[in-house]
Amino acid sequence: MDLTAETHGDSTIIRVPDPRIDAAAAIRFKDAMRDLCADACDRVILDLALVDFIDSSGLGAIVASMKQMRDGQSLDLAALNPNVAKVFRLTRMDTVFTIHDAADSPGRANVG
Amino acid sequence: MSAEPGHDMPHKGADPTPGTTIALKSDAMSVRHALARLIGQLHHLGLDDEELGAVELVAAEALNNIVEHAYKSDPDGAILLTWTFGASGLHIKIEDNGVPIPSDKPPLSPIPCARDHAALVPEGGFGWFLIQGLARNIVYRREHGCNVLTYRMVVGQTA
Repeated sequence: MDLTAETHGDSTIIRVPDPRIDAAAAIRFKDAMRDLCADACDRVILDLALVDFIDSSGLGAIVASMKQMRDGQSLDLAALNPNVAKVFRLTRMDTVFTIHDAADSPGRANVG
Repeated sequence: MSAEPGHDMPHKGADPTPGTTIALKSDAMSVRHALARLIGQLHHLGLDDEELGAVELVAAEALNNIVEHAYKSDPDGAILLTWTFGASGLHIKIEDNGVPIPSDKPPLSPIPCARDHAALVPEGGFGWFLIQGLARNIVYRREHGCNVLTYRMVVGQTA
């Protein structure tokens, strides 16, 4: 999965160019996240604006990506479309991640 | 394993209509393609994006469970998904020839409470939680050596 990373101030924004993080993509996503996070800032924001489908395997891969980060590093999420937001809400993972309306304005946390 | 296991699979006599069936193999890319076909077939029903998203998500979870658990990631297992649409919503039946669900019942239970502490957050076990959160009338049974899962999605309701 060809994730892209760019630094904005004190944050690294990782963008997912694919429309799906599903069972067929979960392992590649997790591996790509591990590689990009190794060189990323302490604050990483995963921009999901282009993602319209996440299943439980994709959700598990995002959680695993957070858990495999180095000490002091954190993972926020941004730009969830309604169907993706529903997956986080139903599994209560919206209480685990800080979720922003947009990756480039992370001050505007969407706190339910 | 039978070359055409679908022919051995039982059919519920009470079905009001024969329904539309999608046959797939037990691997993640086949699931992805089957979901695309399902959503394409539902297009004419006029469901909104949120309804289609819920239909796709529940079907994805049910099919992924079969790939991972019933067929234990053997990519040659046969799966049939049959849907019918009526006044009470979208009825879906999914059949496979894999191993039964342990204890013969789906693990429909509350998700472990997630806390804002990375080490305590589960990485799995979300699938059935999503299914039970979005589907109704979830029934699992063994029929003639097959797993049969049926459920209803409350979509396309005019009220």
